[in-house]
Amino acid sequence: MFDGSGFEGAGWLVVWPVLIPLLGAALAAAAWGRERTQATISIVVLGAQFISAAVLFDHVWSHGVVAMSMGGWPAPFGIALAADPFGAFLTVVGSLVALAVVAHSLGATDAEHRRAGFFPLILALMAGVAGAFLTSDIFNLYVWFEVTLISSFGLIVLGGRREQIDGAVKYAFLNLIATTLLLIAIGLLYGLTGTLNMADLSGAVAALPQDSTLETVGLLFLVSLGMKAALFPLYFWLPAAYHTPLPTVSAIFAALLTKVGVYALIRVFMVVFPDSAHLAREAMIWVAVATMVLGALGALAESDIRRFVSFTVVSGVGVMVGGLAIGTEAAFLGTIFYIVHSIIVSAALFIAAGMIASAGNATRIEDLAGLYKRAPYLSVAFLIVGLSLAGVPPLAGFWPKVYLVQAGLEAGSTILVVGILLSGFLTLLAVGRAFALIFWRAAPEDAPTPPAPEFGNLVKGSLGALAALTFLIGLYSAPVVKASTRAAADLLAPDAYIEAVLGAPRAVTASDDPVLGKEVTE
Amino acid sequence: MNSLILKTATPFLVGLTVLFSIYVLLRGHNVPGGGFIGGLIGASAFATYTINEGVAATRRAMVFHPVSIAGVGLFIAGLSGVASLLFGDAFMTGQWWFPSFAPDLKYLSTVVLFDIGVYLVVVGAIVAIIIGLEEST
Repeated sequence: MFDGSGFEGAGWLVVWPVLIPLLGAALAAAAWGRERTQATISIVVLGAQFISAAVLFDHVWSHGVVAMSMGGWPAPFGIALAADPFGAFLTVVGSLVALAVVAHSLGATDAEHRRAGFFPLILALMAGVAGAFLTSDIFNLYVWFEVTLISSFGLIVLGGRREQIDGAVKYAFLNLIATTLLLIAIGLLYGLTGTLNMADLSGAVAALPQDSTLETVGLLFLVSLGMKAALFPLYFWLPAAYHTPLPTVSAIFAALLTKVGVYALIRVFMVVFPDSAHLAREAMIWVAVATMVLGALGALAESDIRRFVSFTVVSGVGVMVGGLAIGTEAAFLGTIFYIVHSIIVSAALFIAAGMIASAGNATRIEDLAGLYKRAPYLSVAFLIVGLSLAGVPPLAGFWPKVYLVQAGLEAGSTILVVGILLSGFLTLLAVGRAFALIFWRAAPEDAPTPPAPEFGNLVKGSLGALAALTFLIGLYSAPVVKASTRAAADLLAPDAYIEAVLGAPRAVTASDDPVLGKEVTE
Repeated sequence: MNSLILKTATPFLVGLTVLFSIYVLLRGHNVPGGGFIGGLIGASAFATYTINEGVAATRRAMVFHPVSIAGVGLFIAGLSGVASLLFGDAFMTGQWWFPSFAPDLKYLSTVVLFDIGVYLVVVGAIVAIIIGLEEST
C-alpha cells in the first residue's frame, strides 16, 4: 500500500506528517505526569514525522504533487491536503530542526516545565506547522494557524514568570488580531467566489472583476499574514515576546512560526492571486525592505541577547518576502533557500542564546564577557551560526542572498538589492559586536569567576548539529539549490498543483457510497 | 457553595446529566447532537459536582487526570480516521458495519468512534479548565 503506485497509498503519504505528531500529542497528553514517557514519545514521534516527511518529499520529487481529499469528498467541496515540492521541502526541514530542538530541551529544560505540558504542546505545534505546510484549503490553513497559536500560547507561559505573562499577553493579543483579520479576509474571499479550495480559488479569482474589492481582500491577506510573519510595521510583537519563554520554546517559535506566515503569504499570492491584488504586491517590496533593514538596525541596537536574536529573525523575514515581491523564478529560488537556511539558523541562534545566558548568568550583552575561555565550544558554534546569518561565504546564508541579489538586478529592483546588502552588512556588524562583547572581551578582573558551565551531550550536540548543518549546506549547497529550484519552478507554474488537488478525489459513485453501496451489493 | 437545595439535588443532577450527555453523543450524526455538544453537557455534570463537592472529589470521580482523558480522546479520534486505510479509502472516510443479525443498528462505524473521541477531548479539556480555575480561587 505504501509503494506509491495506487491512489490510496500515495495519497496517504501527505497525511502522515500531520497525523503522526497529532497522535503523538494525544499519546503524550494521555501520559500526563510521566515526563520520561512523554520525552520518549516526543523523540520517537518527531523522528517518525521527519521520516514520513522525507518519504513524502521523495515521492513528490519523482511523481509530482500528492493530494488527498479528506473523507473522499470530491474537491472542491472536501478539504484536501496536498504536497508540492515547496511544502514538502519545508516540512522535511521543519521536522528535522524540531527534532534537534526537542533533543536539546531534554538536556536543558527542567522537570518543572516538562510537568506543565511541554511535550504534548510541542507535538501539537508541529502538527499545526505540518498541517499549514500541506493543506490546500484556505480555511483549513486558518485552522492549522489556530492549532499552532493555541499550542504556542501554552508553550510561551511555561514557567509562569512575570515577564513571560507580559510577553504572552502581547503575543496572544496581536496574534488574535491577525487571526481575526485573516478570518475576515477568508470570509470576504468566500463571499466573492463561493469556494475555499486554493486550487479552485485560483481560477475563480482570475474570473472576478479586478476591482477595489479584490484589492482590499489582497491587502487584508498581506496585513494578516504579514503580522504573523512579523513584517514591518507589524513586527513589534515578536521582539516583545520571543525573549521571554524557555530558550527551546523560543528556538522552535523562531524557526517555524514566522516561516509558516511567510509560507502562507507565498502560497496565497502565488496560487490564489497569481495575477491579482496588485496594490498588495506593490506594497510588498517596500514592506520587505523596511523589515529587513529595521530588523537589522534593531539587532544592532539591542542589548538583551535574546531580543537581539529576535530582531535578526525579523530581518530574515524581510529578505524572504522581498523574493516574493520580485516574483521571478530566480527570486523564489533565493527565497526558498533562505527559508530553509533561516529555519536552521534561527533555531540554532536561540539555542545558543539560551546557553550563553545560562553560562554567563546574565541576559544583557553588556553584562556578559569572557565566555570564550569558559565555553570555547559554544563560542565557535555561535560564530559559525552568526556569520551564516549575516551571509558570510562559504556558509549557508551566503548563497540565497547571492541568488536574491542576482534576481533583484535582473528584475531591475535596485531597492531590494540595496536592502539585502545593507541589512546583511548591519547584521554582520551586530553579530560581530555581540561576539566581541560576549566572547572576546576579557572578564573584569574583580568579577567573581563562576564555575565553568556544564552542558550535557544532548545540549551541546543539538547546537553542534545545527551549526554543522548550516556549515555543510554552505560548502555543498547543490542539493538545496536543486530542491529550491524545483520548488520555485513549481510555484510559478501552479497548474500541476491545481490539477492534482482538483483531480485527486474520485467522483462518488454508487459503489463508493458507504450506505448505498452496501444496499447495491446486497 | 453552601446551598442545601443544590447539595441535595447534585447526585441526581450529575447522574442524569452524564446519562443525557451520552444520549446526545449517540443520537448525533443524523440528528442534532454528537461528540462536541455531548461532551459539553458531560463537562457541565462535572462542573456541578466540583461546585458542590470540591476539586479533590472531582479528581477522584474522574479516576484519570482530565488531560489524560482528553489525550486518549484525541488519539481515538485520530485513529478512527486511519481505519479507512485498511479499506483503501482516503483518510477520515467513514467506515460502516451493518451486522446481518441487526441490520438496523446504525452505530457501528468509525464516525461514532470519532464522536466518542471528541466527547472525551471536550470533557477532559473543560474539566481540566474548571479544576484549574477552581484551584486558583
